[in-house]
Amino acid sequence: MATETHDAGQAAVDMAHGAAESGPGMPQLDFATFPNQIFWLVVTLVVIYLILSRVALPRIGGILAERAGTITNDLAAAEDLKARAAEAEEAYNKALAEARSEAQRISAEARAEIQADLDLAIEKADADIAAKTAESEKAIAAIRASALESIEAVAKDTAAEIVTALGFKANAAAVTGAITERMKG
Amino acid sequence: MATEAHGAEHAAESGGLVFHPMDQFIVKPLFGGDTLAWYTPTNAALWMGLSIVAIVVLLVMGTSRRAVVPSRMQSIAEMAYGFVHKMVVDICGKEGVKFFPYVMTLFMFIVSANFLGLLPLSFSTTSHFAVTVVLAMLVFLSVTILGFVKNGAAFLGLFWVSSAPLPLRPILAIIELISYFVRPVSHSIRLAGNLMAGHAVIKVFAGFAALTIVSPVSVLAITAMYGLEVLVAFIQAYVFTILTCVYLKDALHPSH
Repeated sequence: MATETHDAGQAAVDMAHGAAESGPGMPQLDFATFPNQIFWLVVTLVVIYLILSRVALPRIGGILAERAGTITNDLAAAEDLKARAAEAEEAYNKALAEARSEAQRISAEARAEIQADLDLAIEKADADIAAKTAESEKAIAAIRASALESIEAVAKDTAAEIVTALGFKANAAAVTGAITERMKG
Repeated sequence: MATEAHGAEHAAESGGLVFHPMDQFIVKPLFGGDTLAWYTPTNAALWMGLSIVAIVVLLVMGTSRRAVVPSRMQSIAEMAYGFVHKMVVDICGKEGVKFFPYVMTLFMFIVSANFLGLLPLSFSTTSHFAVTVVLAMLVFLSVTILGFVKNGAAFLGLFWVSSAPLPLRPILAIIELISYFVRPVSHSIRLAGNLMAGHAVIKVFAGFAALTIVSPVSVLAITAMYGLEVLVAFIQAYVFTILTCVYLKDALHPSH
């Protein structure tokens, strides 16, 4: 220490402690200052101990514990969120698979329904066609029968006219008999 | 610390280089006067008080926000806490945790006093044997008493090396006993000696700075020594604390 008071005080202090010191020896071995230093040291240590044990150390310990707790909680929360995300993905996949199988089922059903409708329609159409065919055949048979009758009538008339033209009286019954005979022929 | 004005003044007085490397360690009353009673506020008392202030600023005000994401000051406070706490737990085990506040008190006082002593014009309280001997004797006595209270006569097993051959054991016991009582001596002189030597060397270099030719070298040397002293200030606090933990472990678990 080199302060203004130093040089003024130096001589006096040296003189005061001169007995304990051998000339300009170590101030550390000036035992006259020991009680003073020890007193103030003890005061200092007690004050520091009280400050540390009452205020500083519990507070810092609390901060460190709180931080450790926060980190642990955050990690746990992250783990939880991760699990939930995995769960959601699983649910999504499941829903997707379900929807896909449902779609397949619906399309199969629709196809079967359409097939059934188609079959029914085809059957009905077949029946209609058969009925129409039968009707037509009947009509054709009727037409053929009426045509035969007409031919017979025309033949009788013609035969009777031919007989009359040859100068004979036509016998209706004989003509009819002959025609019928011929027609069978 | 040394001021050139001071050295030059002396040089002018006696017409040459005069070194007063030990003047910085003189304990004197803070408010003048010649008498030095046990209660007189001295420069030693002032700088001890400033170390309390430094500790309050760092550990109490620095942590006042109790932030989960710490500020710089809070980080340093937490680091100091973690550093000493880990040291106590690693060396003494879980049982040592209840002595953590005492060890922390020692560490914080020594480390802050050492660093404050590095300020220019400051006073290094930890360079005085009166201080370090009291610290070392506190550790020595409390460890010895704790050892006997916790272990009873079994604490003497510390001196009886059961792993050594039987004929050697009495000799080893004497050596162990001597080394046990030398502990507080080496514990205190190591700290005060390191601090005093470093500060005195800086002062000697500062004295040389009065010579114009060597003053650049002197300034460089002071810078280099100062860097070394910064290291020493921390390392000596660390060494004192870790030895305290080792002695405490002996008291808690005296078997070799």
